[in-house]
Amino acid sequence: MTEHPLLQVSDITKTYGGRIGCADVSFDLWPGEVMGIVGESGSGKSTLLSCMAGHLAPDSGRVIFDTRSDGPRDVLAMNEPERRMLARTDWAFVHQNPRDGLRMGVSAGGNVGERLMAVGARHYGSIREQAVDWLGRVEISSDRIDDRPRQFSGGMQQRLQIARNLVTGPRLVFMDEPTGGLDVSVQARLLDLLRGLVRQMGLSAVIVTHDLAVVRLLADRLMVMKDGRVVEQGLTDQVLDDPQHAYTQLLVSSVLQV
Amino acid sequence: MIAVANVSKSFTLHNQGSAVLPVMAGAALRVAAGECVGLIGASGSGKSTLMRMIWGNYRTDGGSIRVGETEVAGAEPREIIALRRGTLGYVSQFLRVVPRVPTIEVVAEPLMRLGVAPDAARARAETVLTRLNIPERLWTLSPTTFSGGEQQRVNIARGFIHDWPAMLLDEPTASLDAGNRAVVLDLIREAKSRGSAILGIFHDEDARNQVCDRLVDVTGFSEGL
Repeated sequence: MTEHPLLQVSDITKTYGGRIGCADVSFDLWPGEVMGIVGESGSGKSTLLSCMAGHLAPDSGRVIFDTRSDGPRDVLAMNEPERRMLARTDWAFVHQNPRDGLRMGVSAGGNVGERLMAVGARHYGSIREQAVDWLGRVEISSDRIDDRPRQFSGGMQQRLQIARNLVTGPRLVFMDEPTGGLDVSVQARLLDLLRGLVRQMGLSAVIVTHDLAVVRLLADRLMVMKDGRVVEQGLTDQVLDDPQHAYTQLLVSSVLQV
Repeated sequence: MIAVANVSKSFTLHNQGSAVLPVMAGAALRVAAGECVGLIGASGSGKSTLMRMIWGNYRTDGGSIRVGETEVAGAEPREIIALRRGTLGYVSQFLRVVPRVPTIEVVAEPLMRLGVAPDAARARAETVLTRLNIPERLWTLSPTTFSGGEQQRVNIARGFIHDWPAMLLDEPTASLDAGNRAVVLDLIREAKSRGSAILGIFHDEDARNQVCDRLVDVTGFSEGL
């Protein structure tokens, strides 16, 4: 294994006044790996995700991403246009609430096409063709292409957000509770969709969730956070089946059996 | 192919007064290519624990576990992921799948992860499912609604869809009728003849005698703890 990590996160710390958001978080993410981050509300997992994705400036730390064009670069040291370009090309961000990731006043096809145009696609016919293709891949029928997202159900909106994010072929996807707020039956379909896309596209992903069942099915690796710090990390089924830290043991033993 | 040497393991129960339970010490065994070794010992003696340490979902505290070229004890997650992708197969007693995914996809998935084209992977899945007498009308349904015996066979189909150089089998013939049990025993014999190193737990004594070349009693790995 001589390849490089796709993402190297080291010593990320973010405080809000005197309060710790997240502290001293480090990990490497390899191409094709899916990492889950779990912890209760307020454990710092969303803060960490925002720091990595460049939505929030951490107090200290480095986020090195292996860019397609220039190799490993520190994302936090990039200027704003560079980072925005990265967010549109190599990266994707799937928000918990589809409203945060979609343009609600623009048609479904427009939502997907817009991201293509942002990276320079200009030919209307091929943009529409790709939009139709992607709506199909996320199981939205092509006769809904001109409808606006607000006419869609929550599950459809989430699938549309995924299509909008993945149409440009990113290599790294950040997901914040992607199945949160959805019915369990809709969740299952979304999980299957995400798993298939990750496999077909060789995507790497960082998924923040509080749902241990979701990480078991989606993530290769797992990081457990409490009070802003990582208390345990490792192979997903090892962390869940043989938890070492007191907090992880509590978390795992607290899940209700169906 | 599989070599376990001087392996030890204990559980620390932080939420129950930090009790430390040593469960294994000095565990050792080897499984050569083309050989099937059965683990025996009373219930609770550590058969499944040892199996899980080799699979990597239980952590190994001391000693060495080698599967092919990989040292499992203390391995990085990505090393274990790579090991499971191409080298080590596992038939567990439980089927864990994304709800609503069709049986045929569940069975074909390990091949797709290895980069086999979806059509070829599905064709291979059909062959294995047919052999295990899962009727074609069930292939497009999710196995979550199947009977225990059917789920077990889906699990076995998934486990035998690829010619893994090493395999772990946890009670592969439990809850199967005589006909399907014979099919599974044949699958095991075929895997052996292709050179697979197989480590299994079989409570079914007759099945064990039919496929195992040797037995290892794990009771000795926890004596005196």
